[in-house]
Amino acid sequence: MQVPAHFEYERASNVEHALQLLASYGSEARVVAGGHSLIPMMKLRLARPEALIDINGLTELRYIRLEDNELRVGAMARHADLLSSPIVAEHYPIFTDAERVIADPLVRNRGTIGGSLCQADPSEDLSAAFAAVDATAVITGASGTRTVPIREFHLGPYETVVEPAELLTEVRVPIRPGGGSAYRKVERRAGDWAVAAAGVAMWLEDGVIAEVGIGLTALGAPHFHAAEAEEFLRGGQPDEVSFAEAGRIAGRHCEPTADQRGPVDYKRHVAGELTIRALRAAAARANGSGE
Amino acid sequence: MRISVDVNGEAYTRDVSPRLLLVHFLRDELGLTGTHWGCDTSNCGVCAVWLDGTPVKSCTVLAVMADGCRVRTVEGLADGDKLDPVQQGFIQCHGLQCGFCTPGMMLTARALLDSNPDPSEAEIREALSGQICRCTGYENIVKSVRWAAEHERETQEVAT
Repeated sequence: MQVPAHFEYERASNVEHALQLLASYGSEARVVAGGHSLIPMMKLRLARPEALIDINGLTELRYIRLEDNELRVGAMARHADLLSSPIVAEHYPIFTDAERVIADPLVRNRGTIGGSLCQADPSEDLSAAFAAVDATAVITGASGTRTVPIREFHLGPYETVVEPAELLTEVRVPIRPGGGSAYRKVERRAGDWAVAAAGVAMWLEDGVIAEVGIGLTALGAPHFHAAEAEEFLRGGQPDEVSFAEAGRIAGRHCEPTADQRGPVDYKRHVAGELTIRALRAAAARANGSGE
Repeated sequence: MRISVDVNGEAYTRDVSPRLLLVHFLRDELGLTGTHWGCDTSNCGVCAVWLDGTPVKSCTVLAVMADGCRVRTVEGLADGDKLDPVQQGFIQCHGLQCGFCTPGMMLTARALLDSNPDPSEAEIREALSGQICRCTGYENIVKSVRWAAEHERETQEVAT
């Protein structure tokens, strides 16, 4: 039987209360939302927080809405909310694509967007998806809120810029016309973590790639994105020749590690191929011809 | 820590350790052993129960997180002696072999039919994709859910 070590449990009633609890317990406390990453780690004793601050009562953070020309996702939005959101499907189908292949429906009922980002698992899908769309994280502390580009949010595996007495409260994605986005993943079986995955957001102007973001999952890409491949594509044609070269660059520049999901050369190959497929799908959607 | 949980319409108050998992609370504290305990890693789904109307894996929820919530287990599926159509479907279509995954399968199927009364085979398979039948009897499980959907509609048409 897997049982977590002893811990103190506190239930926060609102953001302010959660911040007070975090301040009083210090760095040995962990926030728990859906708990579908943290609780398994606690059961395996890979994580042993002295206190859990339960923020499931923070219903004010469970929303997905358009505001000031931005898509705004509250940290307590569940994966199932993101998957079923018509706003998300219309403006950023990359998230709908990704959510279809994140874990399974029961896990998606419980797991949260904020929790996924803060867990900072190198194989977690949304980190790459938010990196692709160049989102902004809103972090709240006792002295107010600060914003951090999502590409500066992750410091490394299981490590983010969120301080012990702070809470990730929202993620913002600007809405821009002319865009298309997609996410493509290879997994060993339904619901598994990615062998590799790639997400693309692309904006076309006069038939040219005006802006593009490429996120990579489980591939050791710095801050979950493929900067060199993005740079190559900017200003270029959205065609198969460009996509093939971008895929090659993405595969060469990521740093996957060999594990039970495959050796390094295989993962580089999959990284390149998935980058090409995601670019193709995003371009088709930007042109209004994608599904 | 003292918690109060509504399980299948009945209120239970117990003193529990924060590290007690919901699945063990239901089985060991309340004696509701219809909820099974399987992989312990949120993969297999035999421990699925409803938490405030939504199916979740109870091996990955702390009992204290269910404080003040409504939980529905397989013991709460039937209405007295009258089996839920999903339960009848599993009988009619031989939807179980060893029966270990059955409680979780039926609870997820019930939630699916509540939100989508006429699911396609693909939608049923997607809804049940977080649950493993170690006997690999998926064909009959899907047929059982379809049976429930069809007979529920018949019942409702007769009623109206």
